[in-house]
Amino acid sequence: MTRSPIELTPTADDHRIARYAAAAIALSVVEAAIPSPLPGVKPGLANIITLVVLARYGWREAIWVSLLRVVAGSLLLGQFLAPGFFLSLAGAVFSLAVLGFAMHLPARWFGPVSQSLFAAFAHIAGQLVVARLWLVPHDGLFYLVPVFALAALVFGLANGLAAARLLQTGKS
Amino acid sequence: MKALLQLIRPGDWLVLAFAVSFAAALAPLALSGGAADKAVVKRDGTIVAALPLSAAKRIEVAGPLGVTTIEVQPGRARVAADPGPRQYCVRQGWLTQANSIAICAPNHVSLALVGRTSSHDTLAY
Repeated sequence: MTRSPIELTPTADDHRIARYAAAAIALSVVEAAIPSPLPGVKPGLANIITLVVLARYGWREAIWVSLLRVVAGSLLLGQFLAPGFFLSLAGAVFSLAVLGFAMHLPARWFGPVSQSLFAAFAHIAGQLVVARLWLVPHDGLFYLVPVFALAALVFGLANGLAAARLLQTGKS
Repeated sequence: MKALLQLIRPGDWLVLAFAVSFAAALAPLALSGGAADKAVVKRDGTIVAALPLSAAKRIEVAGPLGVTTIEVQPGRARVAADPGPRQYCVRQGWLTQANSIAICAPNHVSLALVGRTSSHDTLAY
């Protein structure tokens, strides 16, 4: 057998990122089965993984896991490069940007719950920007903002609690 | 429940309170889809006047029975007086929601409030 000229040697970091991304992808696929009254209103369970990775391994790895999840998750669901893909990509990018700031809040006072809420609101903001500029270029879209905000509040809190719980059990 | 509450740090409560108030502040936006911004007065199906609901105004519309008086105040409008025998449109009182309508059929006059979204394309009566 001839040796392939290109060899990729995955490091321990790569394996770890892949493991977490796989968990996040599984959650997105499971979540896709949940019926939603409005496109974009989803629990965003995969963000629990992003928050855990952020807390354990930092922002860079959280970006990897989150973006891998968006791309691979959309491939699995047949959504790659479809409008839904760009909405989740925009949401993920905005969330990650906001998390980049939120992670520096004093940890004594602000935990995963705060980060999750910030990320959830950033997520809907990102989605709305893309949706308004491209998919639904009409101000009527903004009448849905309260619905999205409510979803961000509820799911942001729930995911934050889940992430905090996971991080707590991981420690002890 | 107690275990859950322990996961929330002091600052988290602050962020949560902020998020709740933000979501609550946005809530009127969801309901304002039903808010009206114009009063449309028609006679025999043709528009006589379209008045913005921002300023108070009274107009009179002549119909076959006499004069119907429409009164507009900020955010609401009503048929103040009508010569019709049963006074249904007058007794409807103030209209505030978009798509609500007061019809003074005997005098061929109608008052409708329209908002940004219309629940129907047309009404026949």
